[in-house]
Amino acid sequence: MNVSIPTLLSDTEITEIDAEVAHLPTPAAAAIDALKIVQEHRGWVSDGSIKAIAKHLNMSAAELDGIATFYSMIFRKPVGNKVILLCDSISCWIKDCDGLQKKITQQLGIKAGETTADNEYTLIPVTCLGACDKAPVLMVGDDLHENIDEKYLQALFSNRPVEDE
Amino acid sequence: MPIIQIDGQEHEVDTGQNILQACLSLGLDLPYFCWHPSMGSVGACRQCAVVQYQHAEDEHGRIVMACMTPVTEGALFSLTGDKAQRFREGIVEALMLNHPHDCPVCAEGGECHLQDMTVMVGHRDRKYRGKKNTHHNQYLGPLIHHEMNRCITCYRCTRYYNDYAGGTDLAAMAAHDHIYFGRHEEGVLESEFAGNLVEVCPTGVFTDKPLVHEYTRKWDLQSAPSICTSCAVGCNTSPGERYGKLKRIHNRFNADVNGYFLCDRGRFGANFVNSVNNLNYPGSRTEDGRFNALDQQQALLKMAEACDTNNIAGIGSPRASVEANYLLRTLVGADNFAPGFSDVEQPLVELALTIQQSSSAMIADIKNIESADAILILGEDVTNTAPRIALALRQSVRNKAYELAADLGLESWQDSAIRTLAQNQRSPLFIATVGDSRLDDVAEERFNLAPDDIARLGFAVAANIAGEANLGSDDELQQKAKNIAKALKNAKRPLIISGTSCGNSALMESAAQVTQALCNADKQPLPLLSMIVAEANSLGQAMLISDNAVSLSDLTARACAGALETLVVLENDLYRRGKEKDINELLENITNVIVIDGLDNRTLSASSLALPAANFAESEGTLVSMEGRAQRHYPVYLPNAQRRASWHWLLACLKQMGRDEVTEIECFDDITQACATQNSSLSGITTAAPNHQFRNIGVKIPRQTHRYSGRTAMRADISVHEPKQPVDKETPLAFSMEGLNRSQPGSLLPFVWAPGWNSNQSLHKFQSEVGGQLKLKGGTAGTRLLQATDNSNNIALFESPAAFKALKGQWQMVPRHKIYGSDELSVHSPAIAKLVRPAFVEINASDAKKLGVNDGDGVDLNDNKGDKLTTLEVSINDSIATGCVGYSVGFIATENLLAGESLVLSKAENWSPSESQQAVSSGVSDV
Repeated sequence: MNVSIPTLLSDTEITEIDAEVAHLPTPAAAAIDALKIVQEHRGWVSDGSIKAIAKHLNMSAAELDGIATFYSMIFRKPVGNKVILLCDSISCWIKDCDGLQKKITQQLGIKAGETTADNEYTLIPVTCLGACDKAPVLMVGDDLHENIDEKYLQALFSNRPVEDE
Repeated sequence: MPIIQIDGQEHEVDTGQNILQACLSLGLDLPYFCWHPSMGSVGACRQCAVVQYQHAEDEHGRIVMACMTPVTEGALFSLTGDKAQRFREGIVEALMLNHPHDCPVCAEGGECHLQDMTVMVGHRDRKYRGKKNTHHNQYLGPLIHHEMNRCITCYRCTRYYNDYAGGTDLAAMAAHDHIYFGRHEEGVLESEFAGNLVEVCPTGVFTDKPLVHEYTRKWDLQSAPSICTSCAVGCNTSPGERYGKLKRIHNRFNADVNGYFLCDRGRFGANFVNSVNNLNYPGSRTEDGRFNALDQQQALLKMAEACDTNNIAGIGSPRASVEANYLLRTLVGADNFAPGFSDVEQPLVELALTIQQSSSAMIADIKNIESADAILILGEDVTNTAPRIALALRQSVRNKAYELAADLGLESWQDSAIRTLAQNQRSPLFIATVGDSRLDDVAEERFNLAPDDIARLGFAVAANIAGEANLGSDDELQQKAKNIAKALKNAKRPLIISGTSCGNSALMESAAQVTQALCNADKQPLPLLSMIVAEANSLGQAMLISDNAVSLSDLTARACAGALETLVVLENDLYRRGKEKDINELLENITNVIVIDGLDNRTLSASSLALPAANFAESEGTLVSMEGRAQRHYPVYLPNAQRRASWHWLLACLKQMGRDEVTEIECFDDITQACATQNSSLSGITTAAPNHQFRNIGVKIPRQTHRYSGRTAMRADISVHEPKQPVDKETPLAFSMEGLNRSQPGSLLPFVWAPGWNSNQSLHKFQSEVGGQLKLKGGTAGTRLLQATDNSNNIALFESPAAFKALKGQWQMVPRHKIYGSDELSVHSPAIAKLVRPAFVEINASDAKKLGVNDGDGVDLNDNKGDKLTTLEVSINDSIATGCVGYSVGFIATENLLAGESLVLSKAENWSPSESQQAVSSGVSDV
């Protein structure tokens, strides 16, 4: 009674995944790459994508979901166009990342884990971005921003109306 | 053997153990969570920390994990050292951070390993005052209840479910303090062995759902040693009872049979004993076709009167005890006793017995099966016909991994390392079956062939091993056979599995031939052979009738000739044993049909006198498992209402009639003795367990725990006066809390408990290591009636059958067994009934095209005279061999079909699946 799951992967995604599979001993070894590829194209990895990737890589959905949920950078819920990764590890904490987080909340109207109404930004605290000497730091999309202060934040999101809270 | 020092004491320990195993074997209490004797060590929970010292002068030592530290000569350890104790206490405190402390409402409470360990490390005061993580619980099906908040992330569940049992739909999700063990999405757990999670989980994350809904604590359960009756493997179980109802089945350790694990049919399928369809009173049919209730004595007189004739016959049952069958045979005479198999099955079970009695191979128990390093399965879908064996086979294919590990000097308990090392390398498993099976994922190769072709493959393998040219076989078959033969010859311990489930004798003969060819190659240790039969006492039944076998059709012929006046049917629904019209013919031509059975069925309804039989949980009996192991089950509680053990009815009837054969028989043990004396193949059954005179340190063995509570309160709604506890004259067990449950023989262990160890983990207090294997201190339960014999000269050589060719316009009916549905009694258990899919026929796509049917269509099955036998739903399955049609055997809708017969199929018009397609209709709503 195998219910056939419609493959939700696009041709491009399949091509890219297969390229990874090609130089690995078993298809399942490409699990992380496949998740990254799908996330690259769709912004996040849905339940349907998990099933489709798992089927393509000949592994169980549970096993793949175990991998997907293990990595905090694989998003299993929809996120905005850009993800703000705010470091809250020790150096950034000393340099008052908490204050920055409040500021972001004030400016964008989103708390940790939330997405702006226009679907532009999602705020996610992160344990370390590997730039402790330039603390506090955050990433917006693929860009790292160092030595952040309130002014910097103001400028960073200046194109947006300040939300009142 | 190395000597190690623990807290200043020198101990001799077994080579190859880790320190945790060594400590537990020495009887020392060392807390642990993630380690399991069957699954080895991963060092995940950090609970079994001990201090290891470098040398005698080392005063500080360092913390090591006992489960990951091998024993070495002269090593110095401390369990009680302050450092180790504080570390272990800290670990429990950390594990408890997110634990909800909901023991009063938790089904694990009172038998919880986490509770035991928390008390053991002395952790009492929680310092943590923050919020706790909470999780969403998943619906995991009717068997397992999920309560994720209680998790302490020991990883035992996924290690058991995925690594050990081969499941794929349970995983560890996420990381650090929000780890979640569950499915990708809610749904029924797919593994047939999921129920073991209940015992594997050290706390209450996975609990027994039917028990949760009608809950009783372990200490309030009354238990007795029992044997699972849902297939022929004979797993040892420990059923628990309260208020006259069976509450749950737990595993009862038997190193050679089921080890630590049961299948879900065994664990959850026994609730049929609580069915509302139980027969509680004797009844006789009146003129108008209704039953009048009788009391026991009236019923007995009626029975004795009806049996006082020479025109009598009896039909026994492969699901009834040896003793009951023996007495029925005594009552009616050997010439008038049919064992109760179908006409197709009877010669096959006899063949299974003959093959095993004459084979020079070792008849495999489960421990042997786990040691096999090359396996050939001929015809059996093991997961569905003898489920526990399939779990063992998943371990045998790992012998390749252990071999690789040994080469590197890795200890066998280094679980994670060995799995990483071996990856997908496995010992070869070849499966030749009619269609796909649940072991295909670990098979080296699988062949889906018609039964006769499976036999031809077997014979070709045998010829290849013997170095003979096999005449008349095609090249493709030869090539396949050559590969298999090579793998079997190269193996240290090859195993051949076959059985009766295909209804084909040739493939069983071919298995015998392959085994013999391997034996002739002088293999040491001996090659292994396993013959799977269908029911709990199938093999015992074959042994009982070995000198004189009468079949069902013989009796039907006699009945039709008017030569039968009385028929006694013992625990057998005859409509499952033959075509409806044949059974009707048999029953209609006999005046007195006396049926002794427990659960209502069609045969019982067709009787003139019905006697209520106690079920396995209410009676004692000896059953002979598929490996020829005689084992005894004991009453967990006394039969309700007027039910009595079948042997009791039969003995009372024989006594009433004043028959000479039973003048010496006063109790159950006397029946066993008489049966053993009169039947040489069964002579060993008396030693299956101690007799009723056995006393443990002067007293009987208690069925109740010493904390058993509420003996007065539980029947206070009836009377506040506590009645005298029932007296058990037939067994060495007592309906009492008094006595000692510690050092008795393994066959008499009702439950496990030890001071400080309330959970089933207390088992290790009852075990000792023998030859690198954990066995019960009281000895392994049961007696093997079959031994490997060196009589290779008397082995009959069998002939390979002709290649299978479907008759024109006809299909060969091949049974497809289903773990949920094919067994007669377990489908009456509400939890199992929910897992039974509708009856079906399976057919491959090209055959379906020929028939013009699609998935979900109905198909009429007609015999070649054009009579319609039944209509079933089509399920397209491309693995089914061409020309064959698989059918869900053992379902009500398929009772009219015989294994191996050729039928004409045609598309059913206006088909819609109806209620009758269910194995049983269950009125119980889902939870």
